[in-house]
Amino acid sequence: MTPFELWTSVAVFGPLLAAVLALSGRPRILRIALATGSASALAAALGLWGAVTHEGPGRHLLGGWGQPLGIELWVDGFATAMLLVTAVVGSAISLYSLSYFGDLSELSVRESPAGRGARYFAPLWLLLWSALNGIYLSADLFNLYVMLEILGLAAAAIVTLAVTTQATVAGMRYLIVSLVGSLFFLLGVALLYVEYGVLSLEALAAAEPAGPAAAIALVSMTVGMAMKTALFPFHAWLPPAHAGAPAPGSALLSALVVKGSFFILVRLWFAVYGGGTEGGLFVLGLLGAGAILWGSLLALRQTSLKRLIAYSTVAQLGYLFVMFPLLLGGSGEVNADAWSGGMLLLLSHALAKAAMFLAAGNMSYAVAEDSLPAISGIAHRLPVSFFAFGLGGLSLAGLPPSAGFLGKWLLLRSAIESGAWGWVVVIAGGGLLTLGYVILVLRYALDRKDAPDDYRPVPRRMEGAAILLALVAVVLGVRGVEVVALLQQGAVFPW
Amino acid sequence: MTSLDLYTVAGALIFALGLHAVLVRGHLFWKVLAINVMGTGIFLVLLAAPARSTPGVADPVPQAMVLTGIVVAVAATALALGVALRVTARTGAPFLPDPDDDREGGG
Repeated sequence: MTPFELWTSVAVFGPLLAAVLALSGRPRILRIALATGSASALAAALGLWGAVTHEGPGRHLLGGWGQPLGIELWVDGFATAMLLVTAVVGSAISLYSLSYFGDLSELSVRESPAGRGARYFAPLWLLLWSALNGIYLSADLFNLYVMLEILGLAAAAIVTLAVTTQATVAGMRYLIVSLVGSLFFLLGVALLYVEYGVLSLEALAAAEPAGPAAAIALVSMTVGMAMKTALFPFHAWLPPAHAGAPAPGSALLSALVVKGSFFILVRLWFAVYGGGTEGGLFVLGLLGAGAILWGSLLALRQTSLKRLIAYSTVAQLGYLFVMFPLLLGGSGEVNADAWSGGMLLLLSHALAKAAMFLAAGNMSYAVAEDSLPAISGIAHRLPVSFFAFGLGGLSLAGLPPSAGFLGKWLLLRSAIESGAWGWVVVIAGGGLLTLGYVILVLRYALDRKDAPDDYRPVPRRMEGAAILLALVAVVLGVRGVEVVALLQQGAVFPW
Repeated sequence: MTSLDLYTVAGALIFALGLHAVLVRGHLFWKVLAINVMGTGIFLVLLAAPARSTPGVADPVPQAMVLTGIVVAVAATALALGVALRVTARTGAPFLPDPDDDREGGG
């Protein structure tokens, strides 16, 4: 058994088996399931990191069956980086959820809403984790579709675990958008199959898809993935769903789930379609710029903490799309800068946004309310969570030495060197707006005269998970070189 | 126009009809049904796809895809109906309330 065969299996089936185990609902078994699921995902990501670094990209034919009937898994540097960040963020979220849903030994109250959250969060989250890893490892379009559906169903179910009416409605809306988005993707898959008779990404890339049918398929799949990634103007479902979910759910939806569909978009446009057309890339970049401005402005106007962070996700996802036109903008080196910069932003957003949502969860856990005025002075009561939120926010805004700074710097450099001044303004301006809404929260939290005397103490585990992720976001900025080297492994790109 | 084109165009039309209903019908049960109609359109395209290869030789791959697609559709429909029932229980009506969209600042 090669390391690729071993670790790709562990990455997908570890969390999946743990999810089945977690269905038992017994507190002790839930804890064991979360621990084994997290451990197997972490081990698989580290194992693949080693294998890809030493041997380059690798593959795994499940059961020895190759294309077209068998399922093939494929792993390169990009996939490994996604697996790694998912494993780190996911383990922290699992740790957090152990305390967030209350004392798990009180699970006997099966019908109470809190009991429902505690009972079903772990199996749904582990199932979602398995689907995410499956997306990163899939080598064919139909497998991507199946994983995408599992991801969407589990994610929508997690939103509805929250007890409020608002969250139930947001979950319903999210589910509808998610299903329609997947079907747009499947329509594209069907059209491509009719035209080329293959499903594997590799075989499709070799066929060099062009012509009207291939173009319609690409547009259809892009629309579907844009809906699921909440690209402006398809973003309206995201803030209520991400803000309404229970705190660990918000963190994993905002940090991880939207990245799954974004990953598919990158694979499609660059690995299969060889960059597509410049016009198409420009439109995606323009929508990204719209997302940065619109999302940031709305974040500044929110009065609820979790909503503010959710709108910030809309804005930060915009940066990932601004990367698209820059990837084909200039010479090879300039494009490689854009790629490393965009990917570093993606990884640092996953870490920083999860840290911020977990920290925000701690603050509203303490004061039992989610509005900005309610957290006035909380910095003096929960210094660790406040510090985690601040560090995450500064990484989002792109201040050194965070990974956000490195990513934004690379993206800016590539835009300047290819003379794309419009994108320079968007990237720099978005950073200022981000700083604006982060400072807005920090100002409320630091307000000394309103510091609450009466608050619920936050379990140490929940504070630890938040600060851990914020610190990793900073360390990633210092060790950016290793990450960039990993991302270059087997990148199938036009340069 | 070959029969393959005919099936593809018909499938795309059914998909579009379903999409239209998802967007304009307010009732959640209608929305879930419409999503199933969209899926049926895609299945039609897939089932006709073997016609592209040598006539008389069955291509099993699209059939496997449709079978899997049906399983996914059943699971998705079950979850959607379950959540729709809960929305009805919470808000008193099987409709999505007006979105608290971007214009409203608070939450």
